Amino acid sequence: MATRAKKSPARSAQTSAVKAPKPAEFTKDQELEAYRHMLLIRRFEEKAGQLYGMGFIGGFCHLYIGQEAVVTGMQMSLKDGDQVITGYRDHGHMLACGMSARGVMAELTGRRGGLSKGKGGSMHMFSKEKHFYGGHGIVGAQVSLGTGLAFANRYRGNDNVSLAYFGDGAANQGQVYESFNMAALWKLPVIYIIENNRYAMGTSVSRASAETDFSRRGISFNIPGFQVDGMDVRAVNAAGDEAVAWARAGKGPIILEMQTYRYRGHSMSDPAKYRTKDEVQKMRSDHDPIEQVKNRLVEKGWSTEDDLKKIDKEVRDVVADAADFAQSDPEPDASELYTDILL
Amino acid sequence: MPIDILMPALSPTMEEGKLSKWLKKEGDTVTSGDVLAEIETDKATMEVEAVDEGTIGKIVVPEGTEGVKVNSVIAVLLGEGESADAAAAAPAKAEEPAKAEEPAKAEDARSEQEQPAAKQTVPAAPKAEIAADPDIPAGTEMVTMTVREALRDAMAEEMRRSPDVFVMGEEVAEYQGAYKVTQGLLEEFGPRRVVDTPITEHGFAGVGVGAAMTGLRPIVEFMTFNFAMQAIDQILNSAAKTLYMSGGQMGAPMVFRGPSGAASRVAAQHSQCYAAWYSHIPGLKVVMPYTAADAKGLLKAAIRDPNPVIFLENEILYGHTFEVPKLEDFLLPIGKARVHKKGKDVTLVSFGIGMNYTVKAEAELAKLGIDAEIIDLRTIRPMDIPTVVESVKKTGRCVTIEEGYPQSSVGTEIATRVMQEAFDYLDAPILTIAGKDVPMPYAANLEKLALPSVQEIVDAVKAVTYTA
Ligand SMILES: Cc1ncc(C[n+]2csc(CCOP(=O)(O)OP(=O)(O)O)c2C)c(N)n1
Ligand SMILES: [Mg+2]
Repeated sequence: MATRAKKSPARSAQTSAVKAPKPAEFTKDQELEAYRHMLLIRRFEEKAGQLYGMGFIGGFCHLYIGQEAVVTGMQMSLKDGDQVITGYRDHGHMLACGMSARGVMAELTGRRGGLSKGKGGSMHMFSKEKHFYGGHGIVGAQVSLGTGLAFANRYRGNDNVSLAYFGDGAANQGQVYESFNMAALWKLPVIYIIENNRYAMGTSVSRASAETDFSRRGISFNIPGFQVDGMDVRAVNAAGDEAVAWARAGKGPIILEMQTYRYRGHSMSDPAKYRTKDEVQKMRSDHDPIEQVKNRLVEKGWSTEDDLKKIDKEVRDVVADAADFAQSDPEPDASELYTDILL
Repeated sequence: MPIDILMPALSPTMEEGKLSKWLKKEGDTVTSGDVLAEIETDKATMEVEAVDEGTIGKIVVPEGTEGVKVNSVIAVLLGEGESADAAAAAPAKAEEPAKAEEPAKAEDARSEQEQPAAKQTVPAAPKAEIAADPDIPAGTEMVTMTVREALRDAMAEEMRRSPDVFVMGEEVAEYQGAYKVTQGLLEEFGPRRVVDTPITEHGFAGVGVGAAMTGLRPIVEFMTFNFAMQAIDQILNSAAKTLYMSGGQMGAPMVFRGPSGAASRVAAQHSQCYAAWYSHIPGLKVVMPYTAADAKGLLKAAIRDPNPVIFLENEILYGHTFEVPKLEDFLLPIGKARVHKKGKDVTLVSFGIGMNYTVKAEAELAKLGIDAEIIDLRTIRPMDIPTVVESVKKTGRCVTIEEGYPQSSVGTEIATRVMQEAFDYLDAPILTIAGKDVPMPYAANLEKLALPSVQEIVDAVKAVTYTA
């Protein structure tokens, strides 16, 4: 019978980071910043869903609604130069990295003003300027790539760290563990962020994973990890601060399991028979990351409902502008077919 | 009998080396495993170990000698009561040069090297005789169904027929298949035979091959063949080669199936066609059907085939409907092309989704008074070139159509072989229509440009028939 691995003495030297820190105490400005960023992602994704329904967006389109606190909290722990890489559920990550709403939306509609000139689409977007390395459609690929970003940082001797985001489903791919081993062996400054939203398409975590505590997935490589309430942006931020400090100090990789939830289907075409409406509703009403911040802002008297409405209006304007642009911007010129294949 | 100790080779390519040091001298007794000498090349040094027991009778090559040829005698080992003189007189029994696993074989190996090798010629590659399609009895009821349903029925029928057939893959069971091809199978056959896997393509492909090596008949579904790239090592190095490597003892009787090629707007990483890729590999069969009847008959044949079969489907074709004969057990031969439409002016060869364009182009050509023959290859490997050649002998012109990339494509393979086998019958160069030589773009207009078009086929036919 399998028993849980006991903490070996060799590991205990690294277990200082294994306990999740308490949620960060946010200042008013931090709460407002988190609120604005999460709201931008929420409204952007809602609009993307609409445009998909209208036929402006094609192919696969995976929305991030419900998971906004993860990228928002993590981004607040980074400094300029740190790198981010993720899978195909990437719109939120790009907005969090500061990539323009217009650029992301126009990529979704496949227009020339999109971040990849319309050639990449929803799953494949990049920004050298914002240190965002994609946007990857192959489940798990970003984990090795993110490890490579960290390798480059260590090679160059700079103090940047890389964030490799991946899902609970992706966490079962073999290359994840090949990467863990190299990252631990070479003490690479990479933070593995497992966005555990409980499902990989229609497969719940317990139907796909022998070890469902993803923070433990690095144990045999001596990579510390902890579970984080990924619906609470303050908890994410506190975990992010600790993980970033750990990696930046040269102590090697670290794993953060973000316990989160996606409200929408896996992609736009998802019958969603694998979970109940009640389950979704309960997460929305009890744990919504944006509502949590909103309630604190109001309770503490830091914002009035009117202040928050004003922010909402500003965010909606940004999204509306992006959507207008994404619908009116022309398609790429036909000559782009053969560009960017080789240099 | 005295035994010759020979200069060993450190590597298969070593021809000579330096005998740097003797660790035993004449008269020393040695037992097997004793280090006798050290030799070196520019790459490595190595110790020469004794294999037999005895006394060093004579050191033939003194230490420090350079350029000692592999397999030349460096010393002579004497058995009990033998003398060094006898060693010189009697023909010595050779000793295995280095520490070898099978000393007994060494002699044979060497005598083979010494004799001029019998001249070996490459035998002709075998040609398989592949039966024609079975006749459909007159009055057979034809059922209209989608390709998706035909594939599902094929699997269900074969699973009813043999308890060794099972399906595994991502979302095949509870979710009923990402593209609903395995719809209903879990209900009928249960979770033992319809197995949901984690997202671990390389792992579960290997698990499937392992199970197949014991004689089970796995159907491994890839959500799309783009993701089979994670597993390509198990497909090529394990599934395709085991039969040969085991000298025919065991193989991988299994099917790898799933959609291949572009769907719609799913961009570079989700749109590749793998027909040409897998068709490159000996030890695999590669099937890519167009119609529902072919999908059904060929998938059933693939499941029964004792070899690994790559079964390439297409997401867009899943929803297309065709007539399928309602027969107890409808099997089609793998490796046989199907003449989709007879014609006399030009031969159009395609397969899978490529047929979609081809059929439309044929209708356009008919309006121009060009009577095209359409051959649906159905199987990419083994490739039914005789059927193509037979057609080209009649038409004198050939155009191939596929969605995959143009270089080293299925079309270029056809062109080469038709050129070799029917050169004198060709009235024009063979033209190959393929997807453009670019990763699939996302933008709607660029995607359209990247794919083949009906117009391109019409233009190519006009060119080869000189009616432009
Ligand atoms: C190698 C590979 N296999 C399968 C897929 C199809 N696929 C896309 S997303 C997905 C589920 C991934 O789930 P998870 O990692 O939990 O991320 P989430 O979608 O929940 O964010 C699957 C199976 C793929 N894109 N790549
Ligand atoms: Mg998930």
